[in-house]
Amino acid sequence: MFYREAGQFKASYAADQQIFPIRQDRIAYYTLLAVAFAAVPMVANEYWMATILIPFLVMSIASLGLNILTGYAGQLSLGTGGFMATGAFAAYKLSTWDIGATFGLAEPMHLHMVFVFLGAGVITAAVGVLFGMPSLRIKGFYLAVATLAAQFFLLWLFNKVPWFTNYSTSGVISAPPRELFPGVVITGPMAHPVTKYLFLLSLVVLLALGAKNIMRCHLGRAWMAIRDMDIAAEIIGIRPMRTKLAAFALSSFYCGIAGAAWAFLYTGSVEPLAFSIEVSFKVLFMIIIGGLGSIMGSFLGAAFITLLPVLLTNGPRLLGLNIPVDIISHLEFMIFGALIIFFLIVEPHGLARLWQIAKEKLRLWPFPY
Amino acid sequence: MDFLYNILVAPFAMIGAAPSFFVEVLIGGLLSGVMYSLVALGFVLIFKASGVFNFAQGAMVLFAALFFAGFMDKGIPWYGALPLTVLVMLVLAMGIERVVLRPLVNQPHIILFMATIGVSYFLDGLGQTIWGSEMRVLNIGIPQNPINMGPIQVNAFDIVAAVVAGSLVAALALFFQYTRIGRALRAVADDHQAALSVGIPLKTIWAIVWTVAGVVGLVAGVMWGAKLGVQFSLAMVALKALPVLILGGFTSIPGAIVGGLIIGAGEKVAEVFWADAIGGGIEDWFAYMLALAFLLFRPQGLFGDKIIERV
Amino acid sequence: MRLSKFTKASVYTMVAAALTVGVLAGGEARAEDGQYVPGMVYRTGPYAPGGIPWADGYADYFTLLNERDGGIGGVKILYDECDSAYNNDKGVECYEKMKGQGPTGASAFQPLSTGISYAILDRVRADKIPLITSGLGRADASVGSVFPYVFTLPVTYWAGADAIVQYIGQQEKGALKGKKIALVYHDSAYGKEPIKTLEALAAKEGFELSLFPVPHPGLEQKATWLKIGRQLRPDYVIMWGWGVMNATALKEAAAVGFPMDHFIGVWWSGSEVDMNAAGAVAKGFKAAQFILPGNSFGVYKDLKTKVFDAGKAKGEAAEHGTVIYNRGLGAALLTAEGIKVAQDKFGKKPLTGEQIQWGVEHINLSPERLEQIGFSGMINPVKLSCNDHEGGGSVIITQWDGKEWQPASDWIMPRREGFLRPMYEESAMAYAKEKGITPRDCSKE
Repeated sequence: MFYREAGQFKASYAADQQIFPIRQDRIAYYTLLAVAFAAVPMVANEYWMATILIPFLVMSIASLGLNILTGYAGQLSLGTGGFMATGAFAAYKLSTWDIGATFGLAEPMHLHMVFVFLGAGVITAAVGVLFGMPSLRIKGFYLAVATLAAQFFLLWLFNKVPWFTNYSTSGVISAPPRELFPGVVITGPMAHPVTKYLFLLSLVVLLALGAKNIMRCHLGRAWMAIRDMDIAAEIIGIRPMRTKLAAFALSSFYCGIAGAAWAFLYTGSVEPLAFSIEVSFKVLFMIIIGGLGSIMGSFLGAAFITLLPVLLTNGPRLLGLNIPVDIISHLEFMIFGALIIFFLIVEPHGLARLWQIAKEKLRLWPFPY
Repeated sequence: MDFLYNILVAPFAMIGAAPSFFVEVLIGGLLSGVMYSLVALGFVLIFKASGVFNFAQGAMVLFAALFFAGFMDKGIPWYGALPLTVLVMLVLAMGIERVVLRPLVNQPHIILFMATIGVSYFLDGLGQTIWGSEMRVLNIGIPQNPINMGPIQVNAFDIVAAVVAGSLVAALALFFQYTRIGRALRAVADDHQAALSVGIPLKTIWAIVWTVAGVVGLVAGVMWGAKLGVQFSLAMVALKALPVLILGGFTSIPGAIVGGLIIGAGEKVAEVFWADAIGGGIEDWFAYMLALAFLLFRPQGLFGDKIIERV
Repeated sequence: MRLSKFTKASVYTMVAAALTVGVLAGGEARAEDGQYVPGMVYRTGPYAPGGIPWADGYADYFTLLNERDGGIGGVKILYDECDSAYNNDKGVECYEKMKGQGPTGASAFQPLSTGISYAILDRVRADKIPLITSGLGRADASVGSVFPYVFTLPVTYWAGADAIVQYIGQQEKGALKGKKIALVYHDSAYGKEPIKTLEALAAKEGFELSLFPVPHPGLEQKATWLKIGRQLRPDYVIMWGWGVMNATALKEAAAVGFPMDHFIGVWWSGSEVDMNAAGAVAKGFKAAQFILPGNSFGVYKDLKTKVFDAGKAKGEAAEHGTVIYNRGLGAALLTAEGIKVAQDKFGKKPLTGEQIQWGVEHINLSPERLEQIGFSGMINPVKLSCNDHEGGGSVIITQWDGKEWQPASDWIMPRREGFLRPMYEESAMAYAKEKGITPRDCSKE
């Protein structure tokens, strides 16, 4: 009744090519943005901001990144944690780099946070290309296990080489306090969660728009061709090397930014162990539960996987049950595992597919024929 | 220059100066490789028969070990605990086949892979809910002392582990070669549809394979548990088995053994003689790099089935 | 029905969404009056075997205070646990969840994880809640002028490293020159802590130090021990391990025939759990402790009647008196004592984190006070001040006799003046500079 595109005609190519061709979708999208930017910061309390919304946004960047590689380009990767660590440590090195001293200026000068995040992404992209090389020869699960080499090697490297942590004795890096605009601190302990949230949200919106558009241009189509059958893609003239490495580069760019955001905007200080293989699996879960090859799915999956543990930990207590924490943790493991299996069985194409089905049904509602 | 010297010259000088120590490291490495093979075997069995990359193998190792140690703590002797645990693994295998595999039949590999990660979370939780997270000591009377053979020193425990692994592989080989079920298993591994068409019950076979993998997991769990105590960390031995798996190939039982030996020996030798040059503690990733290097030459692993692709 | 799958799925989704909102919205409902004490513990995950007895000891002590004295100064203790699974992110989540609970917010955090203590180090300063890292965490946080909200009493890792080297010196009759000492450590923030101190000591005493990192979780150490036992053959091995790494190290050390009585662990390597896992080979192994095991101390009398026999103990009876359980009791004592001292100044009512910071900073566990609360002999006296947040605790070396820990030395006082203290100051000042902190002036307080 409300969700109906009848009467919406496209009179130009621009109208035909827009991301949300249906007016109701556009309205929904802008409403969502308005809510996220304006309403949420006013309503949400500090706990919500600091432990639910910020990690959710960070993880959605990471799952966007992995979805580009695995969902669109079909290259299974378990190295996400390693790439996120690269982003975090690159951001740390960039943000503590005293440009003033390097160029002989009198005043100490530091890179602006925006460039720190971009730089972290670019550096991670380069590392991603390096570890993407084997994908030219190795496929499927062999590749997945091979990307674990990146995971373990990168963590070892950051743990072992003291230069990456500015020679801190413990190997832990912590975000230096920096301002976005004069007077607006976004990193360090004094930064307000709302400022962090808004900065991160803008980052997420930009990155998601970027990803969506890249998927609709020739590069994205080439990735999907490679994913669906790489030999066939090669025969119709898609260069596998360039295309696959581009996928690794872009995916790592996103993961790098996610890692930097994790360290700088969420925990504030990390050691390499924070990006262990668990993180890689978590991100993989997100895109599978959310939906492979779907931007929307990356967000749904990230929301699901970030919220579920919080929900499972806090749920029993609020229902008035006093269960010891260890039992809760074990139950959490079990329910988490069971829910994943349940979702895979009910909808192997993920939450994004459910969303699509819902939209199809809505079009016909309330008079399905 | 120093760095190159430390990598290219110094290690060989060290080996040349003490060849018996090198042999000792090599033997130690081969023997710990056997422990990896034990875990990798479970992966191979399931991948061969059902094409599932069963990430839950590590959780199954822990699960089986928890039950075995738990039964023994309850005062049941090992010869009673063993069949009881096998029974548990049988029920588990049937459950997994019924609840997870059957509804997911014909789904892409990655979905099945994710489902097994779900299973592994579930088993980690279930095992600990039943038996708790405290560590259980598993003492099955394996000697731990060093044995001296001339200038070379070997650990008795490692030798026992190698013998156990060897007999397990032999038993599996006999089982596959000479029993009716074994033949059916091999048929399923070759071609699911052909096997179905000659009347082999696929579902039963899968349940059997998962049980066998569970039993292999039990053996691995008992050996690792006797070494480290039965605790949550046991589930992490799966990560040590993965490089063995890609090196040997997902579909080959001899591959799992040879892969384990190469990985074990390679990482120990590298850690002892080369790690100093680059900072130490390299075991974690060295195995993966070694496997990766092999893969670049043989993308299907050493003994894996040749990958044939058609448009 | 054609729509059934979709309908079902949407119903599930709606129920889940409703539950989510309900659960999360009602996040902090807790109206009871009292002093809220958060227990950031781990009873699950790879390090649970060590985390459980500590958590039980920590909880049981507050149960005892509530049962025997009706809390502290008549203010009931509201004790609550959150499971961090030794995972930094979960630890941060626990911290954020618990910091604002209770009528006055969290009293003090004790995360029992060096990683988590690093992760919340900056946050406690912003939130004004004391962070007590008893025998763990960042050593230079002993400098109270730079880290007003962090407390390291009674000893830091650096002090532990110094005490162990002093003990080795005693064993060798002071002749450490030319001796070879190896450090086997958990390759994380925790394991790396003592390196700097040991390097400084090596330069000072003239022994030769070799480092052997063991990657998390430490299942494989064969190569490490082949190198140590068959090639380097050091005079002593010091271990900074935790979890499964400890038992593995003991077994591998036995496998290469390294003499156990020359193998000394830090306190986290010296628990009954690890020794039992290693079995007979562990006999003779030594560990530094800052709290002694045993259940003959005064506090156990009340624990037995008010907690254990009343069926209010968190864990099994077997763990009572083990070293990690006692460490949990000791840790709880520090929080409780901080609250008590703060109450003496600010009044007997639920207090804020900022007030309790004052209390912890003025803890004075004199021999008389320890005797009064039943901890005499278990822990050595400590006294904190504005600038000294370590309090001059001491360390004792114990030896495993196959059944329990036996003292193998007297209490050893780490060399703080002129050695550790300048190192703390230097490191803390570097931290202050990096973070842009102006140290407070302790001479005025």
